[in-house]
Amino acid sequence: MATTVSPESVTPGSAARPAGSGGRAPRGRRRQWLGRNPLGLVLSAPYLVFVILVFAYPLVFAFYMSFHDYFFAAPGAVVDRPFVGLANFQEVLSDPAVIRSFGNVGIFLLINVPLTVVLSLVLATALNKVVHARTFLRVAFYVPYVTASVAVVGVWIFLFSGNGLVNQILGPLAPDPAWLINEQWAMPTIAIFVTWKGLGFFILLYLAALQNVSEELYEAAATDGAGKIRMFFSITVPGVRSATVLVLLLATVTGANLFTEPYLLTGGGGPNGASSSPVLLMYQRGIEQGAPDIAAAIGVILVIGVLILAFIQRKLAGGDES
Amino acid sequence: MSHAENPASAAVAAEVTSTDPASTTTMRPRVHKVDGMSRGQNILRYVVLFIGALLFLFPFYYMVIGSLQTEPDSTVAGAFPNPGNLTVENYADINGRINLLQGLANSGIFAGGVILCTVVFGVLVGYALAQLEWRGRGVTFALVLLVQVVPFQLLMIPLYVMIARDYGLADNYLGMILPFAINSTAVLIFRQYFLQVPKALFDAARIDGAGELKILWSIAIPLVRPALLTVVLLTFIGPWNEFLWPFLITKEASLQPLAVSLANYLTNVAATAANPFGAILAGACVLAAPAVVLFILFQRHFVSSDIGSGVKG
Repeated sequence: MATTVSPESVTPGSAARPAGSGGRAPRGRRRQWLGRNPLGLVLSAPYLVFVILVFAYPLVFAFYMSFHDYFFAAPGAVVDRPFVGLANFQEVLSDPAVIRSFGNVGIFLLINVPLTVVLSLVLATALNKVVHARTFLRVAFYVPYVTASVAVVGVWIFLFSGNGLVNQILGPLAPDPAWLINEQWAMPTIAIFVTWKGLGFFILLYLAALQNVSEELYEAAATDGAGKIRMFFSITVPGVRSATVLVLLLATVTGANLFTEPYLLTGGGGPNGASSSPVLLMYQRGIEQGAPDIAAAIGVILVIGVLILAFIQRKLAGGDES
Repeated sequence: MSHAENPASAAVAAEVTSTDPASTTTMRPRVHKVDGMSRGQNILRYVVLFIGALLFLFPFYYMVIGSLQTEPDSTVAGAFPNPGNLTVENYADINGRINLLQGLANSGIFAGGVILCTVVFGVLVGYALAQLEWRGRGVTFALVLLVQVVPFQLLMIPLYVMIARDYGLADNYLGMILPFAINSTAVLIFRQYFLQVPKALFDAARIDGAGELKILWSIAIPLVRPALLTVVLLTFIGPWNEFLWPFLITKEASLQPLAVSLANYLTNVAATAANPFGAILAGACVLAAPAVVLFILFQRHFVSSDIGSGVKG
């Protein structure tokens, strides 16, 4: 990268000179090739090296693994890892545990995504006009977002255990067995936990989007006699549509990346795999059971699934139907 | 939540955005109109918000109360402090099982390393992307966005193979930090800040004969100082709270960040403690406290427009 540091980068205005004037053609050509400020490349070079090292290479490596019979070997050992085509994918897709984990993510998304979008938009709209106790309210809603999952998981286990506070309050209405060890309730409880934990960040995004909704629209609507509810649906909701697309995408990605909660809240995806997630299976298959190729195949399927969902959401929420 | 609420960044915004009408942050002060809203609706708004806020805060309150109880009391009465049932024994108990100070130090080193890389890369690349013209700028920007989009979980297995097995960096701070060193959010926030600085300012410095590095050091970096704190705080949350990656890469207890050692305690050892919930909640308080305190102290710096620009690019 030393070649990119050219002394003339500090002399301003030379780029404006016609390249062919005088005997500076080679320099001018190099400048044209590297751009007006080759320093930009120098400044970005360390970052780019890191991107290749911990992003681009592993990304390619993940796809490579999923198509090969890959296994852990001693460092430096030369072993044969034959190309196996779609065999890993076949094995993954015929594994009922994997199918169940993808179904669990589906349940999770069905609960988490609508709850997140509705609650964060309503709360952001309410917070936007708040004058009193503004700081207290904002801090209250953001605090779960800044706290470690591992820390709050401890409280939730306590709250939702068999004779925990939630069941004590519910009394006879409490589910049996308790929430986190109940096949029906384990995944919904996780979905509610994640919604609670992440809502602050999405409120923040909606608050930013609300600043760009013109106040005049509300004034005009008020003049025309529109009520608050009408204004919310006719002005606020379309006004923050681009933020909604983003919130949908991020909430979906969060759901697809679920690991800490099933690992800790429900003791490794229990009961009976009712709350296991694809990433949890990637950990169990790939690292505990030493089958990284299978884990990589699950990862590839997961990412394709997220891309498809993101595409559908974009069509539905960001389309031109208005 | 415009910049107007944040004095520090408002000053910079006023300096640098005045010539940039396309900037995402509007300086127009937002007038809160109350005339369109009846008193009843306004009261309802506060009632809903306060009930919501209490629901959000309750688990934290319960965490502190639970960590101070001698005997776990899950009845409704247990949600209120009972002088006869208070103790700090749980903190001593958890400290005996997992070394809290060592865990905090490991979390701190992990977070510090990530913050250092993030800020250095963020400033340099953000500046290069916003203010310099060079070959490869478009590709670099596309890469920054791609890093943002591809989920870490897809890279988890290959990164584990590379870092733990090929490079032998398991049970090593470097191995923990490496995958988090490239943080796109920071690059995008700094780029957004540098974009708001008029190019004319840098051109003037060039005409005065200032070198590019001098311009970066003496003009550009001081201009983004307000963004610095936002980025440091935002970046801090990530590694401090991260569980999956350090969990995969550290097996040695003396190197584990607090989140990992607490989680291991939660899954393996808790059953043998006298008051497992008290001990877990005491550990949870210690893990949560630094992030929560920092956030409350500096909450003004969590400016939504900065974060929005970081996420949206």
